[in-house]
Amino acid sequence: MDITGRKLIVKALYEEGVDTIFAYPGGMVTDIIDEFYKQEDKFRLVLPRHEQALIHEAEGYARQSGKVGVALVTSGPGATNTITGIADAHYDSIPLVVITGQVAQPLIGNDAFQEVDIVGMTRSIVKWGITVRDRKDLGRILKMAFYIAQSGKPGPVLIDIPKDIQQKSGPDEYPDHVDIRGYKPNTSVHIGQLKRAYKTLKNARKPLILAGGGIHISGAERLLTDFARKMQVPVVTTVMGKGSIPEDDPLYVGNSGMHGRYAANMAEMECDVLFSVGTRFNDRITGDLNEFAPKAKIVHVDIDTASISRNVVVDVPVVSDASLALSHLVEWAEPMDTKEWRLEIAGWQAEHPLQLKVSKGLNPQTIMKDIADVFGEATYVTDVGQHQMWATQFLPLRGSSKMITSGGLGTMGFGYPAAIGAKEADHDRLVVCLTGDGGFQMNMAELATSICADIPVTICLFNNHYLGMVRQQQQYFYGKRYELTYLGKRPSGAEHPDRIESADKLYVPDFLKFVEAYGVKGIRVNEENGIIPALREAKDAQLNGESILMEFEIAAEDVVLPMVKGGMANSDMILK
Amino acid sequence: MKNRWIALYVENRVGVLAKVSGLFSGKSYNLQSLTVGTTEHEDVSRMTISVQADDVTFEQIKKQLNSMVEVIKVMDLTDVPIHSKEILYAKIHGIDAAGKEEAFRIAQVFKIRVIDIGEDSVLLESALTERRNNELIALLKKTYRHIEVVRGGAVAIESISTSCR
Repeated sequence: MDITGRKLIVKALYEEGVDTIFAYPGGMVTDIIDEFYKQEDKFRLVLPRHEQALIHEAEGYARQSGKVGVALVTSGPGATNTITGIADAHYDSIPLVVITGQVAQPLIGNDAFQEVDIVGMTRSIVKWGITVRDRKDLGRILKMAFYIAQSGKPGPVLIDIPKDIQQKSGPDEYPDHVDIRGYKPNTSVHIGQLKRAYKTLKNARKPLILAGGGIHISGAERLLTDFARKMQVPVVTTVMGKGSIPEDDPLYVGNSGMHGRYAANMAEMECDVLFSVGTRFNDRITGDLNEFAPKAKIVHVDIDTASISRNVVVDVPVVSDASLALSHLVEWAEPMDTKEWRLEIAGWQAEHPLQLKVSKGLNPQTIMKDIADVFGEATYVTDVGQHQMWATQFLPLRGSSKMITSGGLGTMGFGYPAAIGAKEADHDRLVVCLTGDGGFQMNMAELATSICADIPVTICLFNNHYLGMVRQQQQYFYGKRYELTYLGKRPSGAEHPDRIESADKLYVPDFLKFVEAYGVKGIRVNEENGIIPALREAKDAQLNGESILMEFEIAAEDVVLPMVKGGMANSDMILK
Repeated sequence: MKNRWIALYVENRVGVLAKVSGLFSGKSYNLQSLTVGTTEHEDVSRMTISVQADDVTFEQIKKQLNSMVEVIKVMDLTDVPIHSKEILYAKIHGIDAAGKEEAFRIAQVFKIRVIDIGEDSVLLESALTERRNNELIALLKKTYRHIEVVRGGAVAIESISTSCR
């Protein structure tokens, strides 16, 4: 039987088990949206207020649910607005299927109204992207999109569908599976090579496990924890790998890298075998490559062959999914004597414990701890900047708690919409958005999405009136010239931004009044004993389906330490 | 840095050439030449790519190409016996009888053909290796004031027996 393209699109989404679609209408997708109307009980549709937020919502949804996030936007500006989020998903391996409308094929190339070459624009940031040029290919292409997005190393796929394809009749067939001759994701592991990796670790005197975001993508947290415990090997994590092992486990050393823990970076410097799983050795993790784990033989387990020996040349490469490799490793694991090594690490922990000292105002370290204490097992979604790094340092992830953050691209504006997406994926889950006054302002219009679609999220806004992470760079590396980082209005006469402003009255917006306009309660917290009551109120509100924004007043002078200057060795940490 | 050769089987579809060439520009790989044409299967194209890279970068290039959905097969031809030729046309302008005579002599020595001739110009056609074509161009530039060159980039295929390149 022949059906229209738009009907086949809806059929494909339904057969893929899609339950939520983040969609923004426009001329070149009205056909598909009309089809949603006709089959309205099949999906939940979420209407964001900006396509940039839309794509972050789809990311948050995917990270929380483990399923593919589905986005539908129109051609031209609708499509270009998704680019940042697609790049974000690409760097953090988030499975997305982004469907963009396109002008009808006879118009392509004419610079038609709202025509852009979105496939060309996104070529280097998608796992796969294609324009559907023939109605008969539509079913197979959609099947390929879902298969490619979630298999192997997950990532975003973009399918550009011209309007005539949506309207044209053709086969109603949606294939069960596809065989793609150029795409054969790795589903096995070379046992001999994995044994070599295991022996290398076993023979170490100072072994260290480095766990990356691949642990979460693969759902290998339990296996990694068991493996580390059986072997008695200490664990450090990347930002994306945080929570791979419960943080109260004595084997957990901390995050490593640019804003990592002193002990974690020192352990990397001194270890003789670094057993890394699911990381691509981003420069924020390695620092100066010549000085990275200089004494260690490096084992690297990763699903992506292209991640192996790209930044760091490794001694034992293993191409494998993390869960698959670890399921074998756990069986082989035998205890090692690492007591002395762990004592050495404990010495570093004692030498420079992770502690944030503030001269005035609330201490972000205290706030982070209180948030975790009050909300307990929850999903914590951060934006980008100082609060993000404080969260990676001080927010303990216990039990099923998880953190969603923009690690690779570092996209400001990610946090709030991603939190909405995460909540949408699981309405029974507590979702807390941690954000800064800079990042929140990038997508705060999403309050309307949250309210109108009944997706309550608790917002913890760390307000220091600055783009703090850059301000911190200016403080340490640019002679305290605080140009363009103060977010308030400078008092008249203050032409040279060389001192930290404290003229609170000149700060906009008043976040409490802002959220009030959306019918959301705001609580300003500027005293330590106000933190926990506010958090409790916010938690109760979310359980009752309501959002609350808490604004934590923190001092502009607060900095994230330790800090490794870009390009320097990880042992070269600024500690105060 | 060493000159490397890759033969690449790809889907014969719109955008695939852009995807492959975009990899080289996007990641700052030093692309020397890239040729593409359909194979005996009309839905498959074959590219011959020449790139300058150190060992680590070259490994990375092959992996990146392999990870593309549109790439069916990557073959490293760097250290295997291959046949490789590049088509080249060179037009020599503004020459007298002696110049023409010299052009014929050059053609004879390089084993290429003079395929067209005018009052004060000749057209050479060469199907030699890329390196030999470089030498030809160098000689023509030294010998003549005004030459016009168009070259197609090398194509390569593995030898059946053994071969010089």
